[in-house]
Amino acid sequence: MKVNSSAAAALMGRKTRGVLPGFGLTLGYTMVYLSLLVLIPISAVFIRSSSGGWAHFWEVVTAPRVLASLRLSFGASLVAASINVVFGLIVSWVLVRYTFPFKRFIDGMVDLPFALPTAVAGIALTALYAPNGWLGAWLKPLGIEVAFTPLGIVVALTFIGMPFVVRTLQPVLEELDREVEQAAASLGASPLQAFCRVIFPALWPALLTGFALAFARAIGEYGSVIFIAGNMPMRSEIAPLLIVAKLEQYDYAGATAIAVVMLVLSFAIMFGINALQNWAASRHGER
Amino acid sequence: MKRTRALMASMLLLYVLGAGVSPAATVKLLNVSYDPTREFYEEYNKAFAAYWKTKTGDTVIVNQSHGGSGKQARSVIDGLEADVVTLALAFDIDALSMQGGLIPRNWQQRLPDNSTPYTSTIVFLVRKGNPKGIHDWGDLVRPGVAVITSSPKTSGGARWNYLAAWAWALKQPGGSDATAEAFVKRLYHNVPVLDSGARGATVTFVERGIGDVLLAWENEAYLARKELGPEKFDILAPSVSIVAEPPVSLVDQNVDEHGTRKVAEEYLTYLYSPQGQEIAARHFYRPRDPSVAAKYAQQFQDIPLLVTVDGLFGGWTKAQATHFADHGTFDRIYGR
Repeated sequence: MKVNSSAAAALMGRKTRGVLPGFGLTLGYTMVYLSLLVLIPISAVFIRSSSGGWAHFWEVVTAPRVLASLRLSFGASLVAASINVVFGLIVSWVLVRYTFPFKRFIDGMVDLPFALPTAVAGIALTALYAPNGWLGAWLKPLGIEVAFTPLGIVVALTFIGMPFVVRTLQPVLEELDREVEQAAASLGASPLQAFCRVIFPALWPALLTGFALAFARAIGEYGSVIFIAGNMPMRSEIAPLLIVAKLEQYDYAGATAIAVVMLVLSFAIMFGINALQNWAASRHGER
Repeated sequence: MKRTRALMASMLLLYVLGAGVSPAATVKLLNVSYDPTREFYEEYNKAFAAYWKTKTGDTVIVNQSHGGSGKQARSVIDGLEADVVTLALAFDIDALSMQGGLIPRNWQQRLPDNSTPYTSTIVFLVRKGNPKGIHDWGDLVRPGVAVITSSPKTSGGARWNYLAAWAWALKQPGGSDATAEAFVKRLYHNVPVLDSGARGATVTFVERGIGDVLLAWENEAYLARKELGPEKFDILAPSVSIVAEPPVSLVDQNVDEHGTRKVAEEYLTYLYSPQGQEIAARHFYRPRDPSVAAKYAQQFQDIPLLVTVDGLFGGWTKAQATHFADHGTFDRIYGR
């Protein structure tokens, strides 16, 4: 292990004068690029939100309807991302490990939620799950209502988040050496033990990344959700819809106040996930 | 090399010739409108272009932008270079003056009839045969009746629905603001889905089969019935409704910048001409012109009492503040 890492360091040393131009130039480019695309627009949001004053800001973001919508947006995104972690893992496992007819075709289908305009997804899902839809008509006698309930929101968010998990996991699974599993099996590990002790530790940073991406995507989602949500205040109203409602009254300060809360919460969660990942990586490295 | 030069020469020649044979100018206008006017303005633009050609010899090309009324107004405030706006309610054009300073405060007095060349009203669309026996606003609060309307917070059309319901309650014996508020509260408790826009509500009612009655603009209701077949829906007239006034205005700052004030002005006044009024009537908007209105009278619902926002609610600015702003009467329906 020691030999390996010193060899790697030597390799890195040689690579500093590599194919990319110098550090100064690329860092400068990165800063300009990030500023134009991310930092400046986001600071504009912060500045606009402060135009109504602190009292107005606080009043807007602590209104019961806003709190309910934030709970719903973050809660539904969390549930949807968690579902995607479980089922996305299965999908990517099947796509990497097995060959079967139409594999390429199915693999391509995974990207559809990326490409589809979200409003189209929302309309399609609503048509499917509405009480008179193909699935909705079957679920209704069972007492399960999907469209126009928070459950419908979870369905829409799961749909749009799925490719993030699958596409993050696939390359990691491809890298995963099958021989390691065989070694585990030959050393007497049960399949479950092999999964928990061998495969999962290698996968879980990628799982976290996939989760974070799907979660982040779901929080900001508007187009697909408004069609299926029913948008009932306090019950199935997502935070982005309240932002639109504020804009409809030309209340820019109120709209950006909700946006700022969403931004800060999202950033905190993303930061937490990153920290968790780093901690996991370093712990994994030490072993 | 030789070929390139020949090509360039011929292109130059074409350019000079082209300029020579068309002395008439081509003017471009941008009309920023709301969703359900798409088909109406498509036809109107053709008629106006023909009229302008014979009058001045110039060609006018009118580009259209459609979307939710409030979103469209915000685009114009944020710099979309509209020459004219034709939106769903005066409040959104007021914003161009109050938020954007693009037009003068008195914009609504510049053209006849509150700057509204055509009107509509709010009617009920029910399923064929009216299985729930709905006849007037009072029936909408009965238990077991599901009402479809969009959210007045996000949809301009829905604000007309809300005010029409309020007006009915106010006009009942013993009606007051308190009884009206109690009535709309009961009404919205019968609303299972609040779509964000009027078209969304129509889809929920028509395609998803949800609800017993859709509160709709008269022109949208007729359009829905025409597109989907009269065998599916009935249109009912309540005893009281509101005159829905979708107004029009120049955007002064933009027309002066583009030098299009004259043609834009004419574009709007032509809406009041018999030709313009006919086109509006054919698209189920109620014309202002009495003779055109008489000609198309039988295609519109007979509503005994039609109130106006200015008459009953003191104008849009006041109605917005009382009912639809934060902590207004609509917010109180849902506990806040």
